[in-house]
Amino acid sequence: MTAYLAKRLIIAAVTLVLASMVVFAVMEILPGDPARLMLGFNASADQVELLRNQMGLNAPLVLRYLHWAGGLLSLDFGRSYTYSVPVVDLVRERVVVSLPLALIALALSTVIAIPVGVFSAGRQGRAGDTLAMGAAQLGVAVPNFWFALMLIYLFAVWLRLVPAGGFPGWNAGVWPALKSLLLPAVALALPQAAILARVARSALIEVLNEDYIRTARAKGLPYSAVLWRHALRNAMIPVLTILGLQFAFLLAGTIIIENVFYLPGLGRLVFQAITQRDLIVVESVVMLLVAAVIAVNLLVDFSYAVVDPRLRGRQ
Amino acid sequence: MSLLEIENLSLVIGKTPILKDVELAIAPGEVVGLVGESGSGKSMTALTIMRLLPHLARASGRVTFDGIDILAAREDQMCALRGDDIGMVFQEPMTALNPVKTIGEQVAEGIRWHTKASRAEAEERARKMLDRVGLPETKFPLSRYPHQLSGGQRQRVVIAIACALKPKLLIADEPTTALDVVLQAQILDLLRDLVSENRMGLLLISHDLAVVTEMSDRLTILRSGEVMEAGDTASTLSAQRHPYTRELALASMHMPARPKTHQAGSAKPLLEVEGVSRAYPGRRVSLFRPAQPVRAVDDVSLTVEPAQSVALVGRSGCGKSTLARMILALDKPTAGAIRFRGETITGKSEAALKPARRDMQVVFQDPYGSFDPRQKVEKLVAEPLHLLEKQPAKAERREMVAHALDEVGLGPRDMDKYPHEFSGGQRQRLSIARAIITRPKLVVADEPVSALDVSIRAQILDLFAELNQKLGIAYLFITHDLTVARAMSDEVLVMHEGKIVERGRTAEVLDNPRSEATQALVAAAPDLHRAIARRMQEQG
Repeated sequence: MTAYLAKRLIIAAVTLVLASMVVFAVMEILPGDPARLMLGFNASADQVELLRNQMGLNAPLVLRYLHWAGGLLSLDFGRSYTYSVPVVDLVRERVVVSLPLALIALALSTVIAIPVGVFSAGRQGRAGDTLAMGAAQLGVAVPNFWFALMLIYLFAVWLRLVPAGGFPGWNAGVWPALKSLLLPAVALALPQAAILARVARSALIEVLNEDYIRTARAKGLPYSAVLWRHALRNAMIPVLTILGLQFAFLLAGTIIIENVFYLPGLGRLVFQAITQRDLIVVESVVMLLVAAVIAVNLLVDFSYAVVDPRLRGRQ
Repeated sequence: MSLLEIENLSLVIGKTPILKDVELAIAPGEVVGLVGESGSGKSMTALTIMRLLPHLARASGRVTFDGIDILAAREDQMCALRGDDIGMVFQEPMTALNPVKTIGEQVAEGIRWHTKASRAEAEERARKMLDRVGLPETKFPLSRYPHQLSGGQRQRVVIAIACALKPKLLIADEPTTALDVVLQAQILDLLRDLVSENRMGLLLISHDLAVVTEMSDRLTILRSGEVMEAGDTASTLSAQRHPYTRELALASMHMPARPKTHQAGSAKPLLEVEGVSRAYPGRRVSLFRPAQPVRAVDDVSLTVEPAQSVALVGRSGCGKSTLARMILALDKPTAGAIRFRGETITGKSEAALKPARRDMQVVFQDPYGSFDPRQKVEKLVAEPLHLLEKQPAKAERREMVAHALDEVGLGPRDMDKYPHEFSGGQRQRLSIARAIITRPKLVVADEPVSALDVSIRAQILDLFAELNQKLGIAYLFITHDLTVARAMSDEVLVMHEGKIVERGRTAEVLDNPRSEATQALVAAAPDLHRAIARRMQEQG
């Protein structure tokens, strides 16, 4: 067990370092001088040069990378070129929106997908399965912003249960904040749940053809007990893999939903930073997301070992 | 009064008839053998009794167990019977256990389900049952997972699950087919003891006539879903009134004709294996000590002469297949040398190996897994031709494939078919055709007949013998089946824990085994003659 975990941990660390090099290198290659950008196009070459020196942009590449990477480690991401405030403050404001949103969406999608997958796999080829998988097909096909609009129309405009958009901030209280995240989370979760339910179903159907399912049936367990007790855990590995990928998407790929609901999340921050060539913000957020994805994958790897004793090795 | 009574049982799956008017009865404490070749409906009969048939199956007739009409019972009544009054053991122990649950959980689960016992009580009973099947607590705590056990040990766990609640009837579907002969004998002994301890009825399903004869009081012979003959084991098999019974008995004892026997030492050796070892890195026990390597093959030497047939026998895991892989240059020995026609083949590049590969071909065990299902026979059989110096033209190639197919008893029209259009026996003929198309001097055959039914096996053995006699092909036959070794080889090598422990002329070694490993193999090997004789004696 420890050997497996240690190996995964080392792989994760190496990946993180390599990714930081790639992110840094890409930002170096991109055209556009930050100093020139900050001073505007009317500034003289001398002024620009002075600022470049101040910002340390003239130092050798390796030194600048080390300085940047060292800063990341101590949560010092530098200052935004456009807003002249520490990047870390910008990011912090947004993470408190994006992270809870992603977590709620992920939880919702799991809670919907697993029972639907089990239901469908247990009724393979029958009417219930066809209906559930038809709905899942629809969920995959329909874009989530359309879902979002329908949800706003139904719950915000018509039933007036939740606000149609915006985020009051956590200072306004936990419930109002959560309420404003509810609809976007559902809109994000539904397509993800549709994909996950299909994965869960096919993984389960494969497991249900295994010999040990027959052994369990021969013990006298009813079909439903066999499904939940024996099949589900064996079908978890592909489900966990997809879950890990989905979390990464939910954290970063929510620009559209954030726009629909007017939420100040990470997606919008990156989008704005890119249009304003605020490269240091882009760099920092991308690194943050990379770190989050690696951390989630590490978690998924660990959970494999929890699910499947064969990965733990001999005790 | 019978415990189980099957009357006029017929079964269709979709529109395909599977069983027709099957009759069978088992009394308490009785062992009944159900014999037949693959596809004869043995397993479907068992699954009907358990009511675990596939969705589209429809059964008619009458199955009565202990006064209960099985075919009419409700699902919850069946759940109450399964695992409590009827236990079942399956063929494939490697996949019959849930890999993510401990053996303790899996044995205790049925006990808890049926008796509503507490976890602790159920675990205690599971512990006793595992002790009973030969898995003592010191070596096999309840917290073991299936992947930490060998095939034979896993089959013991499956038996513990099936017998945990002392069922009135145990159905064992090919319980030992996937195990080597020594393990097979142990598992059969265990089943026999459990039957006599609990006066349990046992339905033993097998394709192996010798195993069924050794075990059962009565037997039923099934063919294409119909009962051919049924009755007392000893008299049925000694009289062999029914032609199919005779056919099965003859096929399972078949010895192919090999008039030209090989004289050892008559020619320069074709293959020489000298002091070959293969070690694998072992598992680390401690962070600070280097891992002990596992020696799968340990200092093995052997020779095969042209036209000689050598059998390499041993239990599963003894290193036979590792040795074969090194001879075929698919794996590198850690020590020693392998020479083919006097030339070393170890450590050579693929290009340099071409001539050796041309003259040394292979036939594998599984005729299903060794063909690409999306390619036609012509391409599959012609595959080794790329090893020739001069590539044959298309017409010439077709000619060669047709000739090879003819030699293995298939027709030129089979060239344009796909592998799934052939039966198991025909596919094994295809793999032999593929092996002989380059006119090799040596064919390495790794358990080439152990996946085949007895009648097909007899035909394939005849084919091997004929090719050896006609074309002078030398064989290295790797098998755990002593009947095959006896039928096919001039010389036998017995392998045990990576070492060759005994060698000599086949009949001499098998009739007078000297080493312990060979003695164990010979004693455990089922033998139809011996089994019938013993049955007759017991009944006077």
